Amino acid sequence: MSGHSNYVPKSAFGRWFERRLPIMGLIHSSFVVFPNPRNLNYYWTFGGILAFMLVSQILTGVVLAMHYAANVDLAFNSVEQIMRDVNYGWMLRYLHANGASMFFVAVYVHIGRGLYYGSYKEPREVLWILGVIIFLLMMATAFMGYVLPWGQMSFWGATVITNLFSALPGVGETIVTYLWGGYSVGNSTLNRFFSLHYLLPFMIFGVVALHVWALHVPGSNNPAGIEKKTDKDTLPFHPYFTIKDAFALVCFVIFFSWFTFYIPNYLGHADNYIEANPAVTPAHIVPEWYFLPFYAILRAVPDKLLGVLAMFGSIAILVFLPWLDTSKVRSGAYRPAFRVFFWMFIANAIVLGWLGAKPPEGLYVIASRLCTAYYFAYFIVILPLLGKIERTLPVPASIAEAVLGPSGSGSAMAAGAASSPNSQG
Amino acid sequence: MKRFKVIAAAILVSGFMGGAVLADGGHDTPLPPKNDWTFAGPFGTFDKTQLQRGFKVYREVCSSCHSMGLVSFRNLAQPGGPGFTEGQVKALAASYKVKDGPNDAGEMFERDGRAADRWPSPFPNKQAAAAANGGAIPPDFSVIAKARSYSRGFPLFLVDMFTQYQEHGVDYITALLQGYSDDTHGVEVPAGKYYNTFYPGNVIAMPKPLNDGQVEYPKGADGRPQAPETVAQYSKDVSAFLMWAAEPKLEQRKETGFRVILFLIVLAGLFYFTKKKIWSRVEGHH
Ligand code: HEC
Ligand code: HEM
Repeated sequence: MSGHSNYVPKSAFGRWFERRLPIMGLIHSSFVVFPNPRNLNYYWTFGGILAFMLVSQILTGVVLAMHYAANVDLAFNSVEQIMRDVNYGWMLRYLHANGASMFFVAVYVHIGRGLYYGSYKEPREVLWILGVIIFLLMMATAFMGYVLPWGQMSFWGATVITNLFSALPGVGETIVTYLWGGYSVGNSTLNRFFSLHYLLPFMIFGVVALHVWALHVPGSNNPAGIEKKTDKDTLPFHPYFTIKDAFALVCFVIFFSWFTFYIPNYLGHADNYIEANPAVTPAHIVPEWYFLPFYAILRAVPDKLLGVLAMFGSIAILVFLPWLDTSKVRSGAYRPAFRVFFWMFIANAIVLGWLGAKPPEGLYVIASRLCTAYYFAYFIVILPLLGKIERTLPVPASIAEAVLGPSGSGSAMAAGAASSPNSQG
Repeated sequence: MKRFKVIAAAILVSGFMGGAVLADGGHDTPLPPKNDWTFAGPFGTFDKTQLQRGFKVYREVCSSCHSMGLVSFRNLAQPGGPGFTEGQVKALAASYKVKDGPNDAGEMFERDGRAADRWPSPFPNKQAAAAANGGAIPPDFSVIAKARSYSRGFPLFLVDMFTQYQEHGVDYITALLQGYSDDTHGVEVPAGKYYNTFYPGNVIAMPKPLNDGQVEYPKGADGRPQAPETVAQYSKDVSAFLMWAAEPKLEQRKETGFRVILFLIVLAGLFYFTKKKIWSRVEGHH
């Protein structure tokens, strides 16, 4: 997706087709010869993992949708029938339910990688913002998906979250009525959520295409946080990064399989195996684990409207991050003071997640407020100031120097070896 | 250092994900004791004789109040289940009367059950079930083993991710069935309700369903019952049966999982060495 491709297909048909639609050239230049910084570590494999998870969710989802019935009287039992009577239906359903969690595991690592290595900084601001949009769409998709099995948590989670919009002055009530398709969560809600749950992943797919396009303009950031300058700094995407991504992906799928096949309900909530019942409120209404930090922020604020704003603000603030962080040095590897605050931010997010699962009372509320304050302070106070006052470590002159040391970067040997397999194949 | 970071990241992620499991807490009941289940762990399988005994307990005791609407007679003969024969299942189904229709004359009629029929419900509707049980509806048993759980608290819930402890529901049900006592520990129990140590809030609408010697177990070669005819044993057997009813594909799932993971580990090994080989061409040190 960057620049012109001089790829020439081998077959006559290929050449004929390429003159009319140069798609093979596009693929060739984006995923075969594309020059990637040679120093990428395994955190950079999560982009590929995310793409895999999106495809996996769409494939399992489409087959589930062939058997699923979006009707309040049928939904719960139709999911159970998928588990019992459809060939490998249990596998589809557990892959899809745990796949959503794995998707979020991967996206949190991916976002954390970006925060640490400063991947949001110039010239990657648009790339970063597209990522934030994908994250939002994922959350909407997962939230609506969780409503579909129509268990107690589906119903009550939907009730609590949709009700949040009613806090918005003026338009709130109207929005909620449109979300519900009526005056409470019911059949119309389930139907429209199913429709949107089917639609949004394809919108994600579209934004992912833009995300990759925007990525291939400057290319990947890297652990050293400096731009590639010469050929010595890079390696062709294939075979170096295809094999590395493949290895990481298989390891990730092992992790995914552990949950799917051995502890498929570990990340779920037992109450969702009870059919939705508007007359019985569960003792604790808890969202899925991946929403817990945001849920904690919501409940930390005593005012409903401000709570809702804080929750959405906690994600919206990511959009402004490229301009909030004032540091000239991109990578956290050369910012010792930043690192301390960064790891505190990660720990803080985990504690927020834990608090989101706790009842909103006593010390938990106080802790939630402190953690919420740190969450926002990190973006609004710490990053703007730190960039001005911190003392950073010397940044290497080039990526090659960061990998091979000052002497190694001078030898053309390594780079020559790197490009040879590609020119042959 | 690198390895340390990876481990630290793994711990962080697992702590985060585990947060959800901490969700419920703050009840005053003791934690149900853990039992040894044959279906626990990566190689777990159901004990067919136990499932058959558990089914007997369900049929003779619980089925007068609890429905099991998602389970069909034919399921009892499916692989990975109690292992009844087709013939046994047909005969069992035929011993029940099932409402069918309307026929060509537009009338509902009763016929003998067939293997494809769902397990018949004891009550015609929810209202009837509530009316017969002092206002409380006995929950359906199809997925109850997955619909009940309890919080093991930090850090055990994290350990469970690795040890694959997934039997919260069955351990709870086993404890519940043995949790009745005459000593109410100062809890006020209204008429028509009962004290139970393990039920949240301690007051349950279900009368003590099991007593020693109530269900006759199949005899072994020595003429003695296959398993003790006690409340403790009944509770375990019926709970195991409920686990099967909730997760009839459990054996298939674990077997498939083992094969999938084994394959993936081999594949990961191949990729690892290929990666090493390819990268060795360009790496200065490491
Ligand atoms: C006389 C009718 C009756 C019989 C027989 C009966 N139950 Fe129940 N059961 C109930 C009722 C009513 C409830 C609902 C209790 C409540 O809501 O307080 C219930 C609830 C339960 C629950 C759910 C408890 C919870 O945590 O919500 C389980 C598990 C259970 N029964 C198991 C059994 C088993 C196993 C048997 C057979 C050994 C059995 N029951 C026999 C009436 C019965
Ligand atoms: C971004 C990708 C997706 C995510 C994150 C996602 C997430 C989820 C979640 C969390 C559930 C609830 C799982 C449960 O507890 O049972 C669910 C259910 C469902 N999803 Fe998706 N989904 C995605 C894509 C899709 C697609 C593309 C389709 C259809 C074409 C689909 C169809 C369904 C169906 C039919 C259900 C109900 C069955 C069930 O609950 O298992 N999903 N989804």
